[in-house]
Amino acid sequence: MVNKEVASTAAAVAGTPDGATVMIGGFGGAGQPNELIDALIAQGAKDLVVVNNNAGNGESGLAALLKAGRVRKIICSFPRQADSQVFDALYRSGKLELELVPQGNLAERIRAAGAGIGGFFTPTGFGTALAKGKETREIDSRMYVLESPIHADLALIKAERGDRWGNLTYRKTARNFGPIMAMAAKTTVASVHELVDLGALDPEYIVTPGIFIQRVVRVQRSPTAAAGFKAAA
Amino acid sequence: MNALNRDQMAARVAKDIPEGAYVNLGIGLPTLVANHLPREREIFLHSENGLLGMGPAPAVGEEDYDLINAGKQPVTLLPGGAYFDHADSFAMMRGGHLDICVLGAFQVSATGDLANWHTGGADAIPAVGGAMDLAMGAKKTYVVMEHLTKQGHSKIVARCSYPLTGIGCVSRIYTDLAVIDVTAQGLKVVEILADLDFDELQLLSGVPLLA
Repeated sequence: MVNKEVASTAAAVAGTPDGATVMIGGFGGAGQPNELIDALIAQGAKDLVVVNNNAGNGESGLAALLKAGRVRKIICSFPRQADSQVFDALYRSGKLELELVPQGNLAERIRAAGAGIGGFFTPTGFGTALAKGKETREIDSRMYVLESPIHADLALIKAERGDRWGNLTYRKTARNFGPIMAMAAKTTVASVHELVDLGALDPEYIVTPGIFIQRVVRVQRSPTAAAGFKAAA
Repeated sequence: MNALNRDQMAARVAKDIPEGAYVNLGIGLPTLVANHLPREREIFLHSENGLLGMGPAPAVGEEDYDLINAGKQPVTLLPGGAYFDHADSFAMMRGGHLDICVLGAFQVSATGDLANWHTGGADAIPAVGGAMDLAMGAKKTYVVMEHLTKQGHSKIVARCSYPLTGIGCVSRIYTDLAVIDVTAQGLKVVEILADLDFDELQLLSGVPLLA
């Protein structure tokens, strides 16, 4: 019997080596798998390369991983936010390397890795500082930039419901990077709030099929916190 | 001179968004455009974090931070709206499916180059988000910005001095003074919005304008 469920978040991130590239789902707080990040902090892997849309909010989740000094480099599209003080301090003191990637290129580079694509030409960023040094090509009288896939050793994603085969559904805009990161990593761990029997997820509505998932762990639901902007006074 | 305020600028942009359009509104001033879209028009608002059919902000106490916009503010979903992942969301842009995006800007050049993501300052932390994808991907890129900087310099320039977001991507500029189209012949004034004439507008603009 195949059972991808693991008993704890600690078991879910066990064996993560130093130097691993770790994709972490989420757009700000929505879809950020805080319980899995906390487990990774406790597990202790260091010199990590993290792939996320942002670079942490407040002091918890990804920001806590950064603050713990475990991350060597972050690949992201939008690090600077109203509550990115942990990232800001590390970046300004030269303790954290930043690779800034336009958001759509970030998504497509992740998707390309998951789909076995060796690279792709995109119009995004042509002629800008973020395409500096990259190969360009004119295709049908439009200019494109060659971008490469981003592979990961581990992806940590937050889903809503799952089963023991790893089939997943998500909740609202917390879906964001989950489905593509799941494809792009050697090992993908999904946290779910509900673990249901095989067949209980309507196959017409499964968003991530279990082939992309190696471990599933159930975590308590807690409300997603506001993040990434200054609350109106 | 009676320049428009930010809400009036947003309202002027909203006037030009037709029924049935798929539209992405950037962070900041462009977000205000949503408040001025006529209720009787069905317009699909796209948010790049993964939704189409975005509705207004929820009532106080009803916020769900799994349902947010690109600015990470809580929003709602209209009946018929949809959620999707980031690859699909950016395919909607890059694939040319989005009709209009409205972006803020530091500068726009006479040939429609856009600078809106980074001041280039040595101590500034850069953040680009979806700006470059939107600028290059939507069928039409509209910019809404003040005509002048706080120091009184024209934000419409011969060449952008700030780092570029995209080359030749802007089709129309809405400022607090005028609506200006980027054409093959140059920048053409479509409408003057403030209490000034063409010559006065020209004096305040960094590049030659076409009447």
